[in-house]
Amino acid sequence: MRREADYANLPKEKFEFYQREGDIHDKRLETKPVGYFKDAMRRFARNKSSVIAAVIIFFLILYALLVPVFGTNDYTRAATDTTYLQYARLLPKWKPFAWAGWDGCSDATLSEADYLARNAIGVETGMNPIVEVYRAGYEKQGTGSNSLYYDVRLDSYVKNGMIYLTLTPAEYEAIQDWQLEHDVQVIYPAVDTKQFRTEAQRSDANLWYECSPKGVPKLDKEGNYKPLYKTSGNDGDYHSRRIEGDDGSYKYATVAGTSTATSYKVRVFTYTYFQFRYGFEPSFVFGTNAYGQDIFTRLAAGARFSLVFALCISAINMIIGAFYGAIEGYYGGATDITMERISDILYNVPFVVVVTLFKLHMANKVGAVPSLLFAFVMTGWIGMASTTRMQFYRYKNQEYILSARTLGAGNFRLMFKHIFPNALGTLITSAVLMIPGVISSESNMTYLGIVNLDSSTRTSIGSMLSAGRAMISSFPHIILFPALFISLLMISFNLFGNGLRDAFNPSLRGTED
Amino acid sequence: MFKKNSIFWYILKRIALMFFVLFAILVMCFVLVKLLPVTDAEAFGKDMNLVLQRREALGYNKPILVQFWIFIKKSIFGGDWGISETLYRNQDVWDVFISKLPATMLVNVYSMLFSVPLGLALGIYAALKKNKWQDYTISTLVMVFISVPSYVYAFLVQYLFCFKLQWFPLQMKSGNDWLSWPMFVSVVPAVISLSFASIAGLARYSRAELSEVLTSDFMLLARTKGLKRSQATLRHALRNAMVPVFPVILGEFVGILGGSLIIEQIFGIPGVGQLFLNSITALDYNFFMLLNAFYTLIGLATGIVVDISYGLIDPRIKMGQR
Repeated sequence: MRREADYANLPKEKFEFYQREGDIHDKRLETKPVGYFKDAMRRFARNKSSVIAAVIIFFLILYALLVPVFGTNDYTRAATDTTYLQYARLLPKWKPFAWAGWDGCSDATLSEADYLARNAIGVETGMNPIVEVYRAGYEKQGTGSNSLYYDVRLDSYVKNGMIYLTLTPAEYEAIQDWQLEHDVQVIYPAVDTKQFRTEAQRSDANLWYECSPKGVPKLDKEGNYKPLYKTSGNDGDYHSRRIEGDDGSYKYATVAGTSTATSYKVRVFTYTYFQFRYGFEPSFVFGTNAYGQDIFTRLAAGARFSLVFALCISAINMIIGAFYGAIEGYYGGATDITMERISDILYNVPFVVVVTLFKLHMANKVGAVPSLLFAFVMTGWIGMASTTRMQFYRYKNQEYILSARTLGAGNFRLMFKHIFPNALGTLITSAVLMIPGVISSESNMTYLGIVNLDSSTRTSIGSMLSAGRAMISSFPHIILFPALFISLLMISFNLFGNGLRDAFNPSLRGTED
Repeated sequence: MFKKNSIFWYILKRIALMFFVLFAILVMCFVLVKLLPVTDAEAFGKDMNLVLQRREALGYNKPILVQFWIFIKKSIFGGDWGISETLYRNQDVWDVFISKLPATMLVNVYSMLFSVPLGLALGIYAALKKNKWQDYTISTLVMVFISVPSYVYAFLVQYLFCFKLQWFPLQMKSGNDWLSWPMFVSVVPAVISLSFASIAGLARYSRAELSEVLTSDFMLLARTKGLKRSQATLRHALRNAMVPVFPVILGEFVGILGGSLIIEQIFGIPGVGQLFLNSITALDYNFFMLLNAFYTLIGLATGIVVDISYGLIDPRIKMGQR
């Protein structure tokens, strides 16, 4: 029964025309063809939580990139200035949200002496650190003493009050000019320190009134402080703004030094001195850390570092993993087994050990960041390689590869032109999913102090967390914002990555509808 | 029984492979550690002769291959990992290591006892209520707890429970009374923070498995032959869903020894993790080598236990075949 033979020799008259006039066309496709990537994007857009996560990631990245560029000022840069420490551990303050407790204040219980001392700052400068008194002058139960206590709300930005500064003539001039120009009092009258008994009181810039040897203010009959301003002596021709109630007799500085190198010891108000120094009123959205650095800009710098670092690592790992996996999967056999064993060994070395060894060996030669990068690259590509290898095993024996080989395609062309594109989708997904993994283990390592990336110019989220950990009970804001940021980043990256994975997985196609 | 391709051969092969990998890693680490400068020996004594004698006695002047042979003979087979150079000066490394194990194991055992039932219960509940609000709530929480790094919950737990409410002490109690009540109270915050991630992981996994089983054909058959929904779920779905979940739990039990570096550091648990961190900062290489071998072994053993238990539990999976 060789039916083909019958068809081969059909007589001519058995043929007849199907259509004589006009051209025959295939039906035109009415919809546009949808490619793999386009389809993936369309399905991704349908996953609402992933889209929201993508938007959040976009804003977080924007924050990390833009704030270090536009948000830096002299204040955030140098940590060497010791006057900085006057502005350490300031609480978060953001005017639009002051009603929600974002006002830079904290609740405190003060003893009477402390209460009066803080209040004196308010009386002298007009900016009272005690914003609100919840409960005034009560006796504590069980303490035995009859001293009074006050429950108050304390403004961290003014509670430090005055400091003594020693200025050169030029600086002294500059502050005086600035005072006149901006009509803000920075230098307050000098105090007649001879009235105080102890050295500690003499060096305390906040004492401008009569007080007992223990520091309790002596008030007059109307309850006012009795000022001890200096009215005699040289103050280097002070010609600037004077405080209220000054009849021109107060002296504003103590002059010391020789005639060629004069220095002026002045009392300055930390709040307004900050304005003079840095050009804006101190107000930090996320507060400041133990060194007085602004957490808002520092967090952005740390986040930028983490993001760029993670992006670099996932790109490098993707390339290495793609090549390694391609060679493993394509050649198979002994090559595959050997290479699998190598990656097996590397995969099983604990990551902490890898980081430590790289740090010990290389950190002194190439720096902390490159050594950490090498450690991540050392083991990070293995997942990518096994993904690629699997795709290669799936596709390398298919007919289209055979036909390409028959047409004369070389190994390299077969690997990267014909097989590799099939693995690209999963590879991109795992590269994106790797980013949160890298960020989290990088912050783990810096948090544990195995790698130290903290310096005046550079930081990472993990270092910020470990620096703030000791103060978790007294100043939780130092740790709160970095922790919030990294949590938000992790959650959105994982949601985004899951959405991307589902979108690029062809087997899920059509199941959602 | 001892046929080729039997499970026995598979296990044997896996264990042999594990020791090969462990050996390779130890070689690598040994060489890398030996290449490091021995600054500590220089700072050791005022008398340089003493240092030289000590180095000679420890075999530091021999070729590295000979040194490695000594290491294998003395440490790996002999169990003598040397004495601590900096961290616990002149104490036996192995003894210190053993004394640190109970604290780590205590916290991890409590955490397992707490997280396994809770994780399974949440996962099963979510699968039974699939696509209802209960499922959405659990799945969202699981997503959050899987993503957020463990130190963030540790901070939260420490701040809320230990500092604000003062229910627990900030750090773990010292002492050796591991099973006493005050000791239990002092490790609760660490246990809670350690459990979040494993509860979330287990819940997600068991939910996925169970919801897949619940939609399969044999469940339909079970219902059509007259079983109630609860009967079918209990007898057929749960048993099948637990097949892939159980090895994961088993793997976590092996991992108990490993502990968590971060949680131990935050709550001041005097465990293996803290010892490891201290040995890195103090550059105590003997500790470093021992703990490195320990962590590698734990990781490898976990992988093997998970793989083998899959085959033992599920008769459908044939071991060692492709």
